[in-house]
Amino acid sequence: MFPARFDYLRASSTDEAVAALAQHGGEARILAGGQSLIPAMRFRLARPSVLIDINAIDDLRYLRETGGSLLIGAGTRDAALETSELVTSGYRMIADVSVLVADPVVRQSGTVVGSICHSDPAGDWGVAALAGRAQIVVRGPAGTRTLSADDFLVDSFTTALAENEMALEVQFPRPSEHTSGAFAKLERKVGDFATASAAVQLTLDTSGAIAEAGVAIGAVGAKALRVSEAEQLLRGAKPSKDVIRAAADAARKEADPGSDTRGSAEFKKEMAGVLVARALVSALERLGVGGMA
Amino acid sequence: MKVALTVNGTAFERDVEPRMLLAYFLREELGLTGTHVGCDTSSCGCCVVLFDGERAVKSCTMFAVMADGHEITTVEGLAQGGKLHPLQQAFWDCHGLQCGFCTPGMMLTSVAFLKKNPHPSEGEIREALSGNLCRCTGYQNIVKAVQQAAGELAAEPVAEPVAVS
Repeated sequence: MFPARFDYLRASSTDEAVAALAQHGGEARILAGGQSLIPAMRFRLARPSVLIDINAIDDLRYLRETGGSLLIGAGTRDAALETSELVTSGYRMIADVSVLVADPVVRQSGTVVGSICHSDPAGDWGVAALAGRAQIVVRGPAGTRTLSADDFLVDSFTTALAENEMALEVQFPRPSEHTSGAFAKLERKVGDFATASAAVQLTLDTSGAIAEAGVAIGAVGAKALRVSEAEQLLRGAKPSKDVIRAAADAARKEADPGSDTRGSAEFKKEMAGVLVARALVSALERLGVGGMA
Repeated sequence: MKVALTVNGTAFERDVEPRMLLAYFLREELGLTGTHVGCDTSSCGCCVVLFDGERAVKSCTMFAVMADGHEITTVEGLAQGGKLHPLQQAFWDCHGLQCGFCTPGMMLTSVAFLKKNPHPSEGEIREALSGNLCRCTGYQNIVKAVQQAAGELAAEPVAEPVAVS
């Protein structure tokens, strides 16, 4: 099936894209990789009457570290991350996502920022953005503003973007030497949406206790969910099987999935806990703390 | 809307609706039916074509207008001067196909992959092809074919795939 009719505009600069958004407002959508938007349009779940293609804006295609953060431009494709030494060496949780999101061909088109803007509750990048305490830079006619992932991801397929705004960049703070993370995902096959997923990021203090924790789960609620209770349990605790179990239980409690072809609500709640535990074990291993499995 | 693009080295210009998907553009506007449409939802990979010579894309999930000004390579553009591309020859030699439906996508995905990773391990080949589904072969011979082609391409670089003739 083909999507409903729309007008196609190709923006050659961010200025042009923002001007087009200002003109067409809620009728328009930004088109980057199209790997979520085009299927949504084909199923008539999305019906924009104008598409503003930003693929020709080379200025938006970057992956670099500046000011202590990894900056990913709106034009940067998933595939750029999995082969980036910067990502694989310094951002372990993101590196995990980069080889699990979609499939290897879709990753050659799909973009990180586009996935976050799509705010699919089963998408992988929203979960990572919460756990990694990412910020999203958006631009509208009045200039740019920066939102936390928590504020940006509002609901299923809904973000804090105003009709005349576009997302320019996502920023992941650089994990310190004593910080690592992991992403775990249960999927029926490569390229499927998650049945459930979990992203965690932990910082240890000099005594080996957990100083800071980010825990988020995906595909088990209306949007990617932060598990604040798990974060509180972990913060200040020495790594142990008990605290991992408690954090996993908090994730089971936070999860509020629906039953569908990927599994029953009960199963997905259970998996949210299992995946949080697995991700915590793997993050701790990466921090040199073994024996937690 | 006017679309001007190069497919397998030949320039084409057509007037199409923006909602026309690239796979359908190739098949119905240009008659290049080697690009197959399977799941039509970017899951199966049999519509994969090469975008600007480097990026494997699922052409059922790209609008033809997005390819305006760009170069597309389809399976019809792989053979050069009557000689099969090393990947095509390898699929033949290794029996890397049975019904052949997934084969164009498998080969185009592999072309892009082998450019980035000329000496892949078996595991890397399986990973690279994990977005392409085959219902006949059990993948064994597809993987063997890509291994054979990798060896040949690395030993003797061939010209970039361009015109059908």
